[in-house]
Amino acid sequence: MPFIPHTDQDVAEMLASIGVPSIDALFDEIPAALKCGGLDEVPVGLTELPVTRLMQSRAAQDGFWSSFLGAGAYEHHIPAAIWQIVTRGEFYSAYTPYQAEASQGTLQLLYEYQSMMASLTGLEVSNASMYDGASALAEAILMAVRASKGSVRRVLLPATVHPRYRAVARAIVANQGIELAELPYCAERGHTLPEALDGQGEPAAALVIPQPNYFGVLEPVDALTDRAHARGMLAIAVVNPTSLALLKPPGQWGAGTQPQGADICVGEGQPLGVPLASGGPYFGFMTAKQALVRQMPGRIVGRTVDMDGQPGFALTLQAREQHIRRSKATSNICTNQGLLVTAATLYLSLLGPQGLKNVALACHDRTRALVERLTAIPGVERVFGSPFFHEAVLRLPASAAEVLRALRAQGILGGLALAGDYPELADCVLVCATETKTDDDLDDYAQKLARILSRRREAPPCAYKS
Amino acid sequence: MLIFDHSRPGRRAWAQSPESAPAADDLPADLLRRDAPRLPEASELDVVRHYTGLSRKNFSIDTQFYPLGSCTMKYNPRACNSLAMLPQFLARHPLADAETGQGFLACMFELQEMLKAVTGMAGVSLAPMAGAQGEFAGVAMIRAYHQSRGDAARREIIVPDAAHGTNPATAIMCGYQVREIPTDRQGNVDLEALRAAVGPQTAGLMLTNPSTLGVFEASIVEIQKIVHDAGGLTYYDGANLNAILGRVRPGDMGFDVIHMNLHKTFSTPHGGGGPGAGPVGVSERLLPYLPIPLVVEERGFHRWAEEADRPQSIGRMSAFGGNMGVLLRAYVYARMLGREGMHRVADYAALNANYLAAELRRAGFDLAFPQRRASHEFIVTLKRLKETTGVSAMDFAKRLLDYGFHAPTTYFPLLVPECLLIEPTETESKATLDAFVAAMVKVKDEAESEPERVKTAPHSLPVRRLDDVRAARELDLVWKG
Repeated sequence: MPFIPHTDQDVAEMLASIGVPSIDALFDEIPAALKCGGLDEVPVGLTELPVTRLMQSRAAQDGFWSSFLGAGAYEHHIPAAIWQIVTRGEFYSAYTPYQAEASQGTLQLLYEYQSMMASLTGLEVSNASMYDGASALAEAILMAVRASKGSVRRVLLPATVHPRYRAVARAIVANQGIELAELPYCAERGHTLPEALDGQGEPAAALVIPQPNYFGVLEPVDALTDRAHARGMLAIAVVNPTSLALLKPPGQWGAGTQPQGADICVGEGQPLGVPLASGGPYFGFMTAKQALVRQMPGRIVGRTVDMDGQPGFALTLQAREQHIRRSKATSNICTNQGLLVTAATLYLSLLGPQGLKNVALACHDRTRALVERLTAIPGVERVFGSPFFHEAVLRLPASAAEVLRALRAQGILGGLALAGDYPELADCVLVCATETKTDDDLDDYAQKLARILSRRREAPPCAYKS
Repeated sequence: MLIFDHSRPGRRAWAQSPESAPAADDLPADLLRRDAPRLPEASELDVVRHYTGLSRKNFSIDTQFYPLGSCTMKYNPRACNSLAMLPQFLARHPLADAETGQGFLACMFELQEMLKAVTGMAGVSLAPMAGAQGEFAGVAMIRAYHQSRGDAARREIIVPDAAHGTNPATAIMCGYQVREIPTDRQGNVDLEALRAAVGPQTAGLMLTNPSTLGVFEASIVEIQKIVHDAGGLTYYDGANLNAILGRVRPGDMGFDVIHMNLHKTFSTPHGGGGPGAGPVGVSERLLPYLPIPLVVEERGFHRWAEEADRPQSIGRMSAFGGNMGVLLRAYVYARMLGREGMHRVADYAALNANYLAAELRRAGFDLAFPQRRASHEFIVTLKRLKETTGVSAMDFAKRLLDYGFHAPTTYFPLLVPECLLIEPTETESKATLDAFVAAMVKVKDEAESEPERVKTAPHSLPVRRLDDVRAARELDLVWKG
């Protein structure tokens, strides 16, 4: 029997020990009327060889693509050592580290992870991770409302924050009567204007500040942070961790030599050694100022000593959590994304400060090179005139959806059409190139796009219709 | 030794990152980072050796028996991992068109259909990323249902006192108030208390069945009737689904909404605390509210149904749809078990639990509910041992670690004093269970002959017992060098 080791003799001895005639008898407390019949919709079982054939054929059907998609999930090189170590049974099949003495490996790793994320984001404390970047933002919003003692149930959420992050935040916080007020962006520059806060009459608990924003554009984070603080709001940063090797960390946002910094920082951890894998599992990170640590959701690991005075690690501040506080907990969350954090900790350790900076520079260089090649094609132009990092919005002289379909037919995933989320950006695509793209890849994209667009100029689709 | 202690200025794992790249001279200076982050500067070998070393300080299913009640720590088949990590699956971008992912989406669709079948529900969404998020989605759907009927008076979720802490915490996250009801002496929901608790304010009841006390709610049909007659909906917490998989379905029991923990029942890894996956299933009347996205099939073509297809949905739980890699592992597991294998899960989980309970009882341990059949787990109470020797359930658990067994769940459920909640799962052999009984007996003997030895355990692990109070008082959450 797959994954069941019992021999007939074992079963007989065990039933005799229990004192029942059959396994069926063990279910005699379940009302007979409820017992389930066959599971005809479930196929018969497969052994490892046929299931391997099945999965290999499904994977082959999907194949590999030359992808220029970003929009919150990024293709990076993942060093070979990472997943070989992550999938060691001692990490892969371990439980949540409640029994600290039997979980020092996971606990120390989480402490190291927290240390790296705190430094990367320039903040003082970190939790052991959340489900993903979007749900981490939702939790940060709840945290900011708690920090206001629950009195201010309104948070400002710029339209330049990833549309799906905004959707997740809405789905999670709306049930608690929290209003998410959208801030418009400047159509020319593609970022939030600090002046937009002045039009906000009602008080708000926090302002969310993305950097870079969904369009890849750099927001004026110093002015936004200072303006939020001046109006009594917390500043919640949403950042790409790769960018932080290059860009100013949220803990230092604000003008002057002693900037106040963002109060909470969240983001998607996927770029740090986690494969794209159709969307997950990824992990969200969350760091904050020390003063907010007791409002943080999720697992937190602390360093302490054992009864001999030797250093060791344990889950701490558990009085915030659901298994102790039940209905008074800071969140219902009761996992982190342990394996993904393991991958990220290995990734940051292997790359180090210089390696991560090289990745960030290479991504930026590749995206600039891509934008240069594509905007050399007649009719293709950048939409926003602001500095960008790693990702950019381009306007095409034709329907974005149609052009992307034509590119796909030639093996290229050319970016994301924005019209669905931003009707004003019809014919616009969000493109991204990371360190994985060679000059040949960029040339290939540019040549194919040029051909598609020139064919359309010669024979526009309406010509067929008429 | 921390990874930072291996760090030397200028050292790098040279082969793992781009050599160099042109400066970002187009970015404004005031937006740039001035000081490098304090990340380790280490070689590839430093990193590999350090983390391999850390892994060896963990207990895990691959190395130890984990009789951890309510956590279902069964074997995680290796094929599930290797097949979910086929390179094409790993490379696919979440926003790539459905045309580029028909193989992957077919797996998701079939998993969705299989989960429907084994739970007896009308519809399933794979979106929630963990059990607690599945609970959130479930209660949010209950709320959406009442709201759609203009029934705003229903402000309370009823939760038995034996429930996991996530149940009340979830109800609060969904904007509800929580009403707790007691458990009777047999370990069942107190029906009189339930009758007194329901009314026009009742939005729903959250129930784990078998309960966290390891027994099947004998009056489940009656419970459903009481809640439904009052206009409330019933929520099935799938924490203990392994106890009934292939035996009885939550849908047949009349539940309106359920969540499953694939990291328990479908053998995906716990990973030291995640990632999990918490798909939700619903009855007919809650179908419109399922969280997005759902996989749909149209003439053999699979795609994600999003907001436009599902306008009444409670919305998105994650940016990119869910923990796909976990779902793929569960899919492979389900295909390997097949329908016969599904039927066997609860059978052998129950056999192992009842055998272990019988042997421990024979060895002189007190069961919390000796008159009841164990489901897939059961509770031993060490109250008598504590009174005579001073050895607590915590001490006992720590000493088991010395004998190479992960501790059972301790001090949960809160209702039973000095409790050990023990769940062997179906993947453990009789020989392992016998060895565990021998270790339990040995620790009990030690508790009686040399209690100090047990009270100061563990003695053979990488660290002795840790000072939790100091950890919380003198917070040291990040390395400061």
